Amino acid sequence: MTALTLHAPVLLIAVPLLGAFAAPLVGKLGRGARNTLIGLIVLAVAGLAALLAIDVFGAGGVPTVYELGGGTFTFPLSGGQVPIRILLEVDGMGAFMGLITALIALTGAFFSFSYWKERSGGNLYFSLFLMLIAGIFGMVLTGDMFNFFVFLEITSIAAASMVGFRVWRKQSQEAGFKVMAMYTLSGLFVLLAIGLLYGQYGHLNMAALANSIQGSLTDMVALGLLLTGLAMKAGAVPMHMWAPDAYGEAPAPMSAVLVANSQASLYGLFRILFTLFGVTVSTTALGWILIVLALLTIFVGVTMALIQSDLKRLIAFGAVSQIGYMMLGVGVGLAVIATRPEYGLVAMQGGIFHMLNDAACVGLLFFASGVVIRAAGTRDLNQMGGLGHRMKWTSIFFAIGAVALAGVPPFNGFASKFLIYEASFKLSPFLAVVAVLSSIMLLAVFVKAFQAAFLGPRSNTSAHVSDPSLGMMIPMAALVLVIIVFGLFPGFFVDHIVTPAAKALWLGRDAYINAVLGG
Amino acid sequence: MNIGNLPFVVAALLVVFGLYTFLFKRNLIKLVIGISLIEIGVNLFLVTLGYRTGGISPIYTFAPEAQQMVLPTPQALTLTSIVIGLATTALLLSYAVFVHRHYGTLDVRKVKELKG
Repeated sequence: MTALTLHAPVLLIAVPLLGAFAAPLVGKLGRGARNTLIGLIVLAVAGLAALLAIDVFGAGGVPTVYELGGGTFTFPLSGGQVPIRILLEVDGMGAFMGLITALIALTGAFFSFSYWKERSGGNLYFSLFLMLIAGIFGMVLTGDMFNFFVFLEITSIAAASMVGFRVWRKQSQEAGFKVMAMYTLSGLFVLLAIGLLYGQYGHLNMAALANSIQGSLTDMVALGLLLTGLAMKAGAVPMHMWAPDAYGEAPAPMSAVLVANSQASLYGLFRILFTLFGVTVSTTALGWILIVLALLTIFVGVTMALIQSDLKRLIAFGAVSQIGYMMLGVGVGLAVIATRPEYGLVAMQGGIFHMLNDAACVGLLFFASGVVIRAAGTRDLNQMGGLGHRMKWTSIFFAIGAVALAGVPPFNGFASKFLIYEASFKLSPFLAVVAVLSSIMLLAVFVKAFQAAFLGPRSNTSAHVSDPSLGMMIPMAALVLVIIVFGLFPGFFVDHIVTPAAKALWLGRDAYINAVLGG
Repeated sequence: MNIGNLPFVVAALLVVFGLYTFLFKRNLIKLVIGISLIEIGVNLFLVTLGYRTGGISPIYTFAPEAQQMVLPTPQALTLTSIVIGLATTALLLSYAVFVHRHYGTLDVRKVKELKG
């Protein structure tokens, strides 16, 4: 193991954080210098995430513990002390989330270089961008409850600042307030729960806490608070009111990062349900709570998307509904974890694979919507039309993203959704019916949006538009490539990265605890 | 002086008052006050968790033998939480200022461009 691989977890947090504070300073030298710095940082982050993933998945997704400074970790500590050292713990699931974040960071940053070129405030924009990326990496890599809270709040502040970044838009200010209020509330719920757990067991380390957790009444209260707080931050119905506003009002590349942020909260929820509590609580009941939330999220998200006429808000509701598919897959896995039938793991694979697919598809759609809205000069679908005549590539990219998200073969959304349908059908056919119907409705929604924006006769608004510069085309093309490759060879990716990630959650509780506590 | 569980009761009351304010008040500034109340309640709860009656401050250097200390970890958590709370409150208030600038009101019933 090289030193770089050893230190990869902490560098993934430190490098973007350093970049966040360096960006405004380097920005004084000019836009070229700043963009070079940001480009190098996101490339470094992508490389580190890949190194970490190769290391973790090469070992089959076993957790690796990183202690600050990279020293060897021994337990028990002398004199029966509690493990109070701050640890990062990366297993298959953490490395998988790292890959998603790196993908969005890389494409989002390079897309933003062109997208934000004519706008002012680019230094602050990229500063917040990198801070959000650092926070997401922190959330998915940490092995400590309180650090999880701190990174959660870092993402909250950076994300809410991005939502209201365009202070000249009145709607974005309204959305910004709403988002920050909801994020703060969810953060305080999480903090209160951490306090309750600490008061009982005197641990903040996730593995140590998981080892000693009893499932008492206070634990149930803490679990309820964590579930509410993190589901709120992930944008699950009925706590989704902020999500479409946030995705819709943030600058287009940031909407994609916000979706990655919601997924990181979802990761936190899964980590807490599977690793922290696991068998100490009624997993069947919890699984069904997750399934009900998931069905509500899928259904409400899609039906609300149907009635939107604002392109960005339409995609935003689509993104909300996709959070439900991840929760459905993982919820089915949690509901049957006690008996461990074969399809439980399939459900987990589907839910987790869908996180990556959703990040690619929704990211692509948000990028394309940014391009379209800027070209058409309006967000209203009723005033668009005929953009496809002059924007051939953008319309193709949008179409690919839309059908992939709706789960049409041979794209990646189909690969993951099929696993979810298959497994949830075995638990209860009703779940699969809702999931399939909602996917079809989502397809209808996107057909409507595509038709309204790109098809139709040439109009005044569409006469002078053109495909964006290469700076925006290449990140979109990269996501299209991801969508197609994942759609054509799902087996390879499921075997090599999704299955270890799913197993790390579904079966890996003891391994996670033992990695820190030994034994 | 032994004050028993009183701080926990106060912390719980602060959280409940804060939640009430957040859910039922219509003024953006009052919503921020509600969030701050919850935050203060949670911070008080954390500090109280670590308090030991008669404990001394947790500094090992020159500490008297066999003296009980208050727990240092919750205090560190509370400090971090206070700093985060400052940032979130500042951001919320600046959004309230901008909302007022655009909409001319702080009434949530009138700030309704985004719905449905």
